[in-house]
Amino acid sequence: MTESLNGKGLALVPKTDGKQTLKDFKSDQEVRWCPGCGDYAILAAVQSFLPELGLRRENIVFVSGIGCSSRFPYYMNTYGFHSIHGRAPAIATGLATSRPDLSVWVITGDGDALSIGGNHLIHALRRNVNLNILLFNNRIYGLTKGQYSPTSEVGKITKSTPMGSLDKPFNPISLAIGAEAGFVARTIDSDRKHLQSVLREAAAHRGTSLVEIYQNCNIFNDGAFEAMKEPETRDEITIRLEHGQPIVFGTGDNAKAVRLAPYGGVEVVNRSEVAESEILVHDAHRPDPSLAFALSRLDEPAFQHVPIGIFRSVDRPAYDTLMSEQLEQATADKGKGQLADLLLGGDTWRIS
Amino acid sequence: MTKQVQQLDRVIIRFAGDSGDGMQLTGDRFTAETAKFGNDLSTLPNFPAEIRAPAGTLPGVSSFQLHFADHDILTPGDAPNVLVAMNPAALKANLGDLPRGADIIANTDEFTKRNLQKVGYAANPLEDDSLAEWRVHSLPLTSLTVKALEGFSISKKDAERAKNMFALGLLSWLYHRPTEATIKFLEAKFAKKPDIAKANVAAFQAGWNYGETTESFSVSYEIKPATLAPGVYRNISGNQALAYGLIAASVQSGLPLFLGTYPITPASDILHELSKHKRFGIRTFQAEDEIAGVGAALGAAFGGALGVTTTSGPGVALKAETVGLAVATELPLIVVDVQRAGPSTGMPTKTEQTDLLMAMFGRNGESPVPVVAPSTPSDCFDAAIEAARIALKYRTPVMLLSDGYLANGSEPWQVPEVSELPDISVEFTTEPNGEDGTTYLPFKRDTETLARPWAVPGTPGLEHRIGGIEKADGSGNISYDPDNHDRMVRVRQAKIDGIDVPPLEVDDPDGDAQVLVLGWGSTYGPIAAAVRRVRREGGKVAQAHLRHLNPLPANTGDVLRAYDKVLLPEINLGQLALLLRARFLIDVISYNRVRGLPFKAEELAGVIQDVINSD
Repeated sequence: MTESLNGKGLALVPKTDGKQTLKDFKSDQEVRWCPGCGDYAILAAVQSFLPELGLRRENIVFVSGIGCSSRFPYYMNTYGFHSIHGRAPAIATGLATSRPDLSVWVITGDGDALSIGGNHLIHALRRNVNLNILLFNNRIYGLTKGQYSPTSEVGKITKSTPMGSLDKPFNPISLAIGAEAGFVARTIDSDRKHLQSVLREAAAHRGTSLVEIYQNCNIFNDGAFEAMKEPETRDEITIRLEHGQPIVFGTGDNAKAVRLAPYGGVEVVNRSEVAESEILVHDAHRPDPSLAFALSRLDEPAFQHVPIGIFRSVDRPAYDTLMSEQLEQATADKGKGQLADLLLGGDTWRIS
Repeated sequence: MTKQVQQLDRVIIRFAGDSGDGMQLTGDRFTAETAKFGNDLSTLPNFPAEIRAPAGTLPGVSSFQLHFADHDILTPGDAPNVLVAMNPAALKANLGDLPRGADIIANTDEFTKRNLQKVGYAANPLEDDSLAEWRVHSLPLTSLTVKALEGFSISKKDAERAKNMFALGLLSWLYHRPTEATIKFLEAKFAKKPDIAKANVAAFQAGWNYGETTESFSVSYEIKPATLAPGVYRNISGNQALAYGLIAASVQSGLPLFLGTYPITPASDILHELSKHKRFGIRTFQAEDEIAGVGAALGAAFGGALGVTTTSGPGVALKAETVGLAVATELPLIVVDVQRAGPSTGMPTKTEQTDLLMAMFGRNGESPVPVVAPSTPSDCFDAAIEAARIALKYRTPVMLLSDGYLANGSEPWQVPEVSELPDISVEFTTEPNGEDGTTYLPFKRDTETLARPWAVPGTPGLEHRIGGIEKADGSGNISYDPDNHDRMVRVRQAKIDGIDVPPLEVDDPDGDAQVLVLGWGSTYGPIAAAVRRVRREGGKVAQAHLRHLNPLPANTGDVLRAYDKVLLPEINLGQLALLLRARFLIDVISYNRVRGLPFKAEELAGVIQDVINSD
């Protein structure tokens, strides 16, 4: 069973008989994000994507922590659990481990997932429970009104850092790969097609998938990803990773390619200066994570070159499956547990 | 040589040695033999938190006390009749508890100059007259063991390590214990090391034979089996009983058990026990931390499992926010707190009742939580089922307050018939409950219990969202309406206040006592034993014991007011007393000790007598 579920993230989730549309996934609640928030685009993208999975709506659960993005479950007409700051991966782990028939989605933000919930995130990833974690990264604290976040750039001037922030940000992709994640991807709120293609792969992955979604906070950190959106700059910055394809980007005189660098790692070079055979072909399924990690470091210094797409998609047994198998094995070995036998086990004596 | 056999009605033995001497194992085996023989018994393991403190030092002393009798007993006993001291540290650490005339069996091999110096003995107490008031049996246990094992193909070190089995054999002879089970146990324990198994069995038998032949012991003792209620018995510790109670709750509720937890002394054994029983469909999840443990349990509860988390005080502190979420979302959850000495890390292996107020109030906002406390090791079984019953019926987190004394202590348990266990089955909601016949209102309450419906993911048409934000009464939608919040705060409180708990029973044989001793949790045994003593001396005293701390039984105030004086011993600085004074305006008399140890019956008897005698 362990092997046969590989790549079938939803194999145990019952399918719907009827046809679904975006509307089926809209709850009756008024959406209360700030006008212009990137969350709207992500919500619409998710709602219009879910019908394609063809799952019974009642077997889908959205679990979130605290933060702007974590209001997401209220707007989905599925089961939903808005929990506490940072703990959504833990709550979702209990749910998904005990209910393999559910498609469980975790909605979290950069503060929720990487500050207060950092511990739960890394352990969920290494454990590989069947979860899809959507990490909305806007590089700022929104709900607490504008403090810097663990993905804010060094020197960020905010209310809590009037002289600039001092701590180096996390790169969520590097972190996830370091935490043994089997599926790691990045996408952006403004590119619905790309976002949905990543969600599709994430849902198909059995185990924990982490999808970082660059999301614009137009109130406290507006334009954080503008360079990836502006027609003049986006192609020079954005590296679209596609499995089996050479890693190239930019056009004309600015065409670039990625190749292996000496001493490990990868580097960006002018395409004209490199032979085709030298260009790195993206292999998301490489068992060894080093290359995926190296690709994640291309975004260093930040926003010079930003890879998006699936960095890593490698199958290994999901935690919930392994746990179910232990239960089945124990039952196969000794039979189903009988309470009377259990209570009377060990040394007993009778008094008459 | 025919030895004299003397009849006793009860004996208290304390095995004491270095952490590495295997005293807990020795005590466990003697307990098993004693249980098998049919005595009533009660045990008190007492060990350091350090896995291996420096050998031969006072902090490294580990002990195991066993009280057994031909009648029903309530505590592990106040003062040992026999101390087995495997080294000078064990003697020094325990001598203060030993009444004059008690037996001391000391391992002279360890009373070396260096070991004596380590614990501050200027001279060997076995050789001067400082122990004249006790009956000292000085035996070279280590060398006797090594000599008995000559010819076995084991190292000298392994031979020396078998000295605890020699001691066990000697004590087994001294008190006429059956030996077959210990031999079987040793063979099973060392099944993969047959040489070690044979050596340990031989050491055990050598100890027995030594008793039979030596002149150091001229008398052996018989303690007849106790006449307990008819039935099948086994010996059980509090943690094991609690684990079994959780399994029984899973079976009796029809819900799969999900344990989300993080290892912590003295609760870890519940995790260990539950992990063995996967064929009951039990999922045990060792999380990355306490918060994830309770979070996963709550997530599983959302999915329709019997969600449980087990911990001790420091873990409860960490779980507080999630327990608050369970209060807000009104999901069933069992939080087991095996209390230990605090604050902070405190004394992890020592017992205390100091988490009551944290269990009651240790959360933000108005977040009432039912609290249930078992009274004896075996009662942990029933208390776990009761906690599950309340959690499931009222859709609420429940605090189950065990403690280190109950967790590690053990006693004979009359195994219940499964058919007599309560039915705590739950029906999930599967149909819309709105007046329009199509909508589902997750916070539309049962008019009697005030519990909300429980619809689990996978149920078509009942998709809904819950969370920590205040919910509109009925629909559960986010609401900041002031009056709605006031109503919801009150209704959540009313739900907990209205939980059906049985009335407080009073033991007042002649009905004319003027002093009531009230207790809760693990103080039951010492209090009941003290009450017996007082009554034997002609004192009039009533006893009542609280299992439900929140809500309190409806008759609590009436019971307390019916007595001139209410004495409340607690292993804290008066936490229940504070609650009772606030609630009933009754000036209960507190008696408090926080030494990391249970009360002694003699101590409490004196306190009760003083209260009776006072004006």
